Amino acid sequence: MIERPPNQPPSLGEGSSLFGDAPEVDLSRGRLDLALVRLRLAWRTLRGGWSIFVESRIGLLSLAIIGLFALMAFSHPILMATVWERDVYDPVTGYAFDSFEHPASPNWRHPLGTDSLGRDILSQLLFSAKSEFILGITAALVTVGIATTVGAVAAYYGGLVDSLLMRLADLIIALPGISLLIVLSALFNLNLFYLALIIGVLGGFGGTAIILKSQALSIRVKPYIEAARAAGGSHFHVIFVHIIPNLLPLSLLYMMFTVTGAIFAEAVLSFLGLLDIRMSWGIMIHTANTGGYLLSGANYWWLVVPAGASITLLCSAFYLVGRALDEVVNPRLRRHDG
Amino acid sequence: MTNYLIRRAGQMALTLFLIVTLTFFLVQAQPGDYATFYSLNPDIPAEAREQIKASFGLDKPLWQQYLVHMKNTFTGNFGVSFGHYPRPVLEVLAERLPRTVVLFLSATAVSFYVGFFLGKAIAWRRGGVLEYAATISGATLFTAFTPAFALMMIWIFAFKLGWLPVGKFLDPLIWRGAEVSANHVFSYMLLTAAVFIVFAFLTMLAARKLGRLGTARMPFLVIAAGAAIIPIAWAFTGVGYLALDILRHMVLPIATLTLISFAGTMLLTRNSMLETMREDYVMAARAKGLPERTVRDRHAARNALLPVITSLVYSLIFAIDGSVIIEAVFSWPGTGLTLLEAVRSEDLPLVMGAMVFIGLFSLLAHVIVDILYVYLDPRIRYQ
Repeated sequence: MIERPPNQPPSLGEGSSLFGDAPEVDLSRGRLDLALVRLRLAWRTLRGGWSIFVESRIGLLSLAIIGLFALMAFSHPILMATVWERDVYDPVTGYAFDSFEHPASPNWRHPLGTDSLGRDILSQLLFSAKSEFILGITAALVTVGIATTVGAVAAYYGGLVDSLLMRLADLIIALPGISLLIVLSALFNLNLFYLALIIGVLGGFGGTAIILKSQALSIRVKPYIEAARAAGGSHFHVIFVHIIPNLLPLSLLYMMFTVTGAIFAEAVLSFLGLLDIRMSWGIMIHTANTGGYLLSGANYWWLVVPAGASITLLCSAFYLVGRALDEVVNPRLRRHDG
Repeated sequence: MTNYLIRRAGQMALTLFLIVTLTFFLVQAQPGDYATFYSLNPDIPAEAREQIKASFGLDKPLWQQYLVHMKNTFTGNFGVSFGHYPRPVLEVLAERLPRTVVLFLSATAVSFYVGFFLGKAIAWRRGGVLEYAATISGATLFTAFTPAFALMMIWIFAFKLGWLPVGKFLDPLIWRGAEVSANHVFSYMLLTAAVFIVFAFLTMLAARKLGRLGTARMPFLVIAAGAAIIPIAWAFTGVGYLALDILRHMVLPIATLTLISFAGTMLLTRNSMLETMREDYVMAARAKGLPERTVRDRHAARNALLPVITSLVYSLIFAIDGSVIIEAVFSWPGTGLTLLEAVRSEDLPLVMGAMVFIGLFSLLAHVIVDILYVYLDPRIRYQ
């Protein structure tokens, strides 16, 4: 076998593949070496992608906002364990004994005031950040897991499988999601996990699958797919080792949009009072609304503004990170060629 | 084209069939028995109960019920609403559908126009202040928590400034002595709007056919004159003040829906413009020495429009979902609010009916976008 010169790694193709196609690496040098080469390639692509991502100031700012919310999510259990007493600061059952009237305006003990039931707003806000992340990331993982598989399978096999899966996707696109979720959440007791699952499945078999399939189609005609088949790779092997890894950059992009959609859907359903969830940003606004504090506007701003701003900020942060990633994944949108 | 339309209609029928099936089994799968619930409603007299049971086959096994339900749905029999007893579901929905359609269509049209206009502007001057401002504010509005944003709009424009009514479809104080029903007035308003749109369209078409005979402003003047006749004509009908009341109630929901949905089109147009601006024909147009505006509007934006139209399907669904939320917040009695109220009061026939209507609505929107696409792109001819 021909030894490849060490200073000439396999070329990277069009730059959009994250984990390297590189099937032509000398197999006799063992799987470890192959893995190392792949890792190095992945690292290089990531660094290249990062330098393009950094160019978008909006994307960077949004990433910082997401980081801030992640910090908030982590700080809640720490604060509960150290400085906040459970019977005062619990986001659901707590009661602020130090004030006679609720909702109490912001003060030193309660930086964002309390709600109409005497519960600390800041504690609710921090507590909910965690569940929004769990919801968003679960939904996004389910969506992307299903969508990449469906897209790759539909593009690879074509024919009947393709038309069946794509007709299903068309059907799901035509369904208005929020209306369907309203019906579902009213008829069944949906908690956070089931909601994430439903959103994930709907997204995964729906629009995301169509977009990933069109990408998979362009991968399917590349020579290395044929080479892998000719070398005796099974259908399963080709789909999962050669097609899906090349779909990952694009699916990462759609993960971001799914997170936005999931958080938004949860907030709307909670606002309408249809979900079986203990506390979330939507429920905070729901509580303020049912108490009749919403139209009092600026007088009780702390009941609405923190929760509403959090939903908007986190949703738009994920959305804008997705758009910045779009410029990384799609070379035609870049400012410079390269 | 005809073949395509026929096949498309077949697909639509199949999708609708699946939506009806889905809603039927969802309602069947919910905890509690639909049949018992229906027939135990105390508002329904005993003899009517037996009749309903028989006509819906509620005493039969599930698969037979399903067949009966399917037959009933496709013959337009959606059953009787619990909440609005004894009105049939179809009557309730037929009353409310036009309100949703108006809300949705006007918001979509305005937001599409604004979004496309802004999108091409920010792509053309990439990196400018306008781009940052438009992207951030657009994305914020697009992802803004719709109910909170809608409530903020109500608070500012209806509560603080007092310019517009807080919500609902009409003001009962104004309508107390009225001789005509709200729906009567509303349907005539729709008729006026439809006539006006056809008139404007024909004027533009005629102006294009005539070529450069008149001035460029001519068609706009004619359309403006047509628009000026409308309020005068309404003033003579004697119910003009009632129409004005409905109109005043429409402004805030439409404005809110437009504001939250224009960003989708804007950001998409921007990306699509960035791609077309790299094409050779744009460079050729520049090289010919055409003015920047002509290159932007006639050469780049025309071609950037196509992918935007394709994705209009997504924004349509977004707007349909948005209008459900907007209707809930503004108490606008359209299909979305009907669905929400039906779901809360377990008015199951109305839930199924409203779901089918909303599904049908989005399917129709889907098909219209497809046909529009063929019209705009001569390269595509559906076989």
